[in-house]
Amino acid sequence: MTDQTPALRLEGIVKTFPGVRALDGVSFSVMPGEVHALMGENGAGKSTLMKVLGGIHQPDEGRIIVNEVPVVMSGPLEAKAKGIVFIHQELSLAEELTVAENIYLGELPRKRFGLVDWHKLDAMTNVILKKLKVGFDAKTRVGDLSIANQQMVEIARALTVDAKAVIFDEPTASLTDAEKSVLFDVIADLQKAGVGIIYISHRMEEIFKITDRISVLRDGQYRGTLDTAETSEEEVTQLMIGRTLDLSRSASRHELGDVALEVRGLCCKPLFEDISFEVRAGEVLGFYGLVGAGRTEIAETLFGLRDPSAGQILLGGEEVRIQSPADAIARGISLVPEDRKGQGLILGMNCRDNMTLPQVDDLTAGPFVAEGSEVAIFDQYRDKLDIRTPGWKQLVGNLSGGNQQKIVIGKWLSMHPQVLIVDEPTRGIDVGSKSEIHNLIRDLAAQGYAVLVISSEMPEVLHVSDRIVAMYSGRIMRTFTAGEVTEDNLIQAISGIGGATAA
Amino acid sequence: MQAGTLSTFLKRGAIWGFIVLELIFFTVAGEFLSLSETAFMDAGNMLLLFKQSAPIGIIAMGMTIVMINGNIDLSVGAIYALCAVVLLDSMTWPMLAGLGDAAIPLAWALALLTGVALGALNGLIVWKTGVDAFIVTLGSMLGYRGLVFMYNGEQPTSHLNWTLVDFAEAQFLGLHTATWFLLVVTAAIWFLMNKTVHGRNAYAIGDNREAAVNAGIRVGPHMMINFMIIGFLAALSAVVFYSESGSVNPNDGELYELWVITAVVLGGTKLTGGAGSIVSTFGGVVAIQLLRKGLAHIGADTSTVNLVIGLILIAVLFLDRQLNVKGKEELKI
Ligand SMILES: Nc1ncnc2c1ncn2[C@@H]1O[C@H](COP(=O)(O)OP(=O)(O)OP(=O)(O)O)[C@@H](O)[C@H]1O
Ligand SMILES: [Mg+2]
Repeated sequence: MTDQTPALRLEGIVKTFPGVRALDGVSFSVMPGEVHALMGENGAGKSTLMKVLGGIHQPDEGRIIVNEVPVVMSGPLEAKAKGIVFIHQELSLAEELTVAENIYLGELPRKRFGLVDWHKLDAMTNVILKKLKVGFDAKTRVGDLSIANQQMVEIARALTVDAKAVIFDEPTASLTDAEKSVLFDVIADLQKAGVGIIYISHRMEEIFKITDRISVLRDGQYRGTLDTAETSEEEVTQLMIGRTLDLSRSASRHELGDVALEVRGLCCKPLFEDISFEVRAGEVLGFYGLVGAGRTEIAETLFGLRDPSAGQILLGGEEVRIQSPADAIARGISLVPEDRKGQGLILGMNCRDNMTLPQVDDLTAGPFVAEGSEVAIFDQYRDKLDIRTPGWKQLVGNLSGGNQQKIVIGKWLSMHPQVLIVDEPTRGIDVGSKSEIHNLIRDLAAQGYAVLVISSEMPEVLHVSDRIVAMYSGRIMRTFTAGEVTEDNLIQAISGIGGATAA
Repeated sequence: MQAGTLSTFLKRGAIWGFIVLELIFFTVAGEFLSLSETAFMDAGNMLLLFKQSAPIGIIAMGMTIVMINGNIDLSVGAIYALCAVVLLDSMTWPMLAGLGDAAIPLAWALALLTGVALGALNGLIVWKTGVDAFIVTLGSMLGYRGLVFMYNGEQPTSHLNWTLVDFAEAQFLGLHTATWFLLVVTAAIWFLMNKTVHGRNAYAIGDNREAAVNAGIRVGPHMMINFMIIGFLAALSAVVFYSESGSVNPNDGELYELWVITAVVLGGTKLTGGAGSIVSTFGGVVAIQLLRKGLAHIGADTSTVNLVIGLILIAVLFLDRQLNVKGKEELKI
């Protein structure tokens, strides 16, 4: 690797936004055939660095060098022409178009008279889709696909170009394990073909599994590069956040209270059926399963977004019908949704207004909103969750992905719900804040809240839950207590092996 | 809503820069082309300009909030005409005619109530059927206009009340009654959108409806309130204007919806909702009126005025798009 010239080199990149020095003299290079991890806390500047590389932002200072030639990236098209391909952190697909149209958007194959050659388009697309081993075809409408599959379309798009460097910005955030391993195969293929790969992720297991080197950013500054084979998670964490993490769960056990929420025989075919469980005040109930197992849909039903076809929901022992989210919130149920951009945030609004949105009704002085109390709430949760933003006036759309997620979590925590449902709470969140959010969930339970945690990350459910509900294809397979659960029996339960056993 | 980036500043400031350009252009061009003796920037002329902006301006404030909310209202011109008919005709009803000047507040109240009711009907249909506001109000635009014609056929409806005329022509601190109405409405709507829960929620609904629902915001009632407000303002605009003129033709207010939308869009409000500013709409209203007045000042006829305004609208929207596309990309990754 050392005797080669880098596929791509960045030198002394500086980029400032109003109030933020997002990149402060960052240098970084990728060799052909190398998988190079870029790590750092939320807001460290990873995505910004890649946007500079992709021509979306112009750097204030510094140079971009491709194959030893300095270049100016005037825009995304130029970056693509230079063989630099992006898999974005946030999806950017046209939902009304088919998979094939999305993949070849702007480069649709033509026949005479400028007509689109649909046969060729579908054939080309299916070749790529086969490589990715996905369960949909060229003609599927993108809007009908799950988020995970949309992510695969985004990846497929990158494979159509003759790439020198491919940038994956948190590609696995919404993928299942099976899809992940397909992705890793794809990366291995690219690597063999001599493509340089930049891989951004907060997941240590993946980083150590597939990358060759790790570069770390902190507060916009370059902190060093480590050889993956010769380093450890502790060392990387130390470099990223300046301290090591105590991952052990606080041993303090607290008494559980009464049953806060009980669900009996809840059905909403074909999404899920015969769901029964209860969660007590002070308890964290984890929901683990593959993407599509129906966990999110159960959460949506409890939050009044879907009508169940059968079954009962009991809050504090009383049967309730939850008509709408407003109704759910009034009864003390809160939901941190899975898709923060689509379902959680008002991107064009500032941080403070986003955080207080569900309770702004109650924060009034006469006819007007009491902005002072709003700022107080914002400040409190900014400190509690360590949200990185120059101030409450910043538009949420300008925050880094992880900090956006923290705004959503802060929004619901500040409502002090009886029952808090969190769907993939740490998607896209850095290791430091992740453990803070886990601690926060435990703290909330200790204070007497009932918490439902839906997660596709096994370490996460194992870490935070008192009991774990394992789901497969819309049914509960088994409910484990913290004592009896192991990685193996959990995996078995969620893959539908062994049939349903009563809880 | 504050970002402090250059592009937001440009977008915010664009309309005021445009107004300054207009003033300079017409002042200079007026020196050479105008037949009148007075300068374009003559104080009396400018005061008149505000007064003439009022009918469109008052409705434009309502349109801004409806558009921020993610809807649109095409029926404002028809509501305006219908409320004018109610205002003038009701004063001739035997019941009211006997009351002398005491009939005035009653006639006003009736007209305003009509506006609110028509707006509420629009809002209710949009809320309960889920049909796009564009379609619903396209229908009600035709329907309400039909009612105007049913009332009096092709004939104008007239009633001149001198007390009313005196009131409408009065000047207080140099500003005309209509101007005061415009200013008060602008201030009130600014407070509504920037300081109250309703305003906050309206922005949220327009920007991301799903997230707003998830935050427990009841989308329907907010939309309906906004339609009632714009109905009220269309009626208020009619009340202010027809108190003075005393006669309404069944075609009056036609194309008002387009003038209003033009002013709002010039002020930078997005057709897709979620973003917009009351103060900039005020700028948009003034800019259009300046253009009309300025072109008249240098001797252009009405058809030229429309052509120029059309071109400028497209130019401004193009500029807005360029700025917005850039902003979008910054958010995407
Ligand atoms: N368009 C913008 N305007 C203003 N500030 C911005 C903009 N884009 C990014 N920032 C700021 O720059 C900093 C770096 O953000 P960036 O998105 O690069 O972080 P990141 O390392 O990708 O974080 P994450 O892991 O959360 O995705 C953050 O403080 C962010 O708020
Ligand atoms: Mg990022």
